[in-house]
Amino acid sequence: MKTLYACIQCGTCSGSCPAGRYTNLRTRLIVRNIQLGLRENVLGSDDLWACTTCYTCQERCPRNIMITDIVRVARNIAFEEGHAKKPHLYVAHMFINTGHSIKFADEHRKLRESVNVSSVPPTVLSYPEAMEEISKLTELSGFKKKVLEREG
Amino acid sequence: MKYSFFLGCIAPLRYPGLEAATRLLFKELGIELLDLKGASCCPAPGVFGSFDLWNWLLVAARNLSIAEEQNVDAMVICNGCYATLQEAYHLLGKPERLEAVNKVLSQIGRNYQRRTGVKHVVEVLMQKEVWDKILSLKKRPLGGLKIAVHYGCHYLKPSKVRGHESPETPYHIDNMVKDLGAEPVEYVDKLMCCGAGGGVRSGNSDEARQFTLTKIENARKAGADLIVHPCAFCHFQLDTGQQELLDQGLLKEPLPVILITQLIGLALGMKPEALGLNLNKIPHNYLSRL
Repeated sequence: MKTLYACIQCGTCSGSCPAGRYTNLRTRLIVRNIQLGLRENVLGSDDLWACTTCYTCQERCPRNIMITDIVRVARNIAFEEGHAKKPHLYVAHMFINTGHSIKFADEHRKLRESVNVSSVPPTVLSYPEAMEEISKLTELSGFKKKVLEREG
Repeated sequence: MKYSFFLGCIAPLRYPGLEAATRLLFKELGIELLDLKGASCCPAPGVFGSFDLWNWLLVAARNLSIAEEQNVDAMVICNGCYATLQEAYHLLGKPERLEAVNKVLSQIGRNYQRRTGVKHVVEVLMQKEVWDKILSLKKRPLGGLKIAVHYGCHYLKPSKVRGHESPETPYHIDNMVKDLGAEPVEYVDKLMCCGAGGGVRSGNSDEARQFTLTKIENARKAGADLIVHPCAFCHFQLDTGQQELLDQGLLKEPLPVILITQLIGLALGMKPEALGLNLNKIPHNYLSRL
């Protein structure tokens, strides 16, 4: 995080940002707002979630600021403070309940059988004891509580 | 040579052809793929990394610990899985962080000592002995095919952590395409993201599709017949995303997409259905020319 105080607002990040072509995301502005401590401008804005974390800004930053990693940290704070989007909470729930981030249903089982791989993959879906580990891990990390609170 | 096959989510649950093709190819190459039994989502770097980095790191370390138990590196076919597991491996190089993670893992009966890590399938395939073997097994000429390479973001970046080739001018997959007998084509904004990462596909799918549309149109203009990539998540976005663009009337001419292991399978003479190419939403029209 400390690296962002080296920002000279040159705009290489915004100029390189593919998400900036299609959305209001202005990476330079996010960095400036964080420097100035303008929390709500950053945490309450949808723009923070427009970044695809492609790392182009971070690669090109002439001051070696870890911009993409900072966006992720800012999102962690936003998530904790209740700014998570609904579809993101859905993904979080899916993981907490199944160990995967997407649903596995009969249609997907059939797809697997059509290419001659095991009808259920040898992941957490085949090992209930592994699911118990994941469940306990999300409890120990505090993630489960965070997500369930958001739902309420 | 042996790896533990980390499947992730998209390959086994949405595009099992990617898994099937990789298994077939590795069998042909005589490289053993163990099951990484009980693996979970990596968890996805831009989604779960954006929600809670501590939870993300713990789950990643658990996945790595399963491969470590088998005394082999994990192998991935998704840049997202790669980003998470490779970055976690990197972050856990700090002893006090590793200790803190193990303190929690011990409560679920696990431990990770960083004796083994993770390899991207491209890294595995481009080892000289492996690549030489692939070339010696070539059966189906791909001559005349023009292929646009999409590297995806997290195979290359952040480059300080990944430590491969230049993130601005990568060439490894282009060279593979050339060696297999096809012609790699340059196109505008070749290194642009597929649009799906960072939770954008789940949180704002219109934005994700705009990336995809630009990418497909640029590859089309360069005369590409198909797009090859090294990532299950890019595959999902570029294939399913194109179908959505077609449904919305925003895209006229789609381009088929293929994972690098599927392309190699084709060059080795394997049947397109065995490689799961028929499970793609965008049909592989060029096959009639081979």
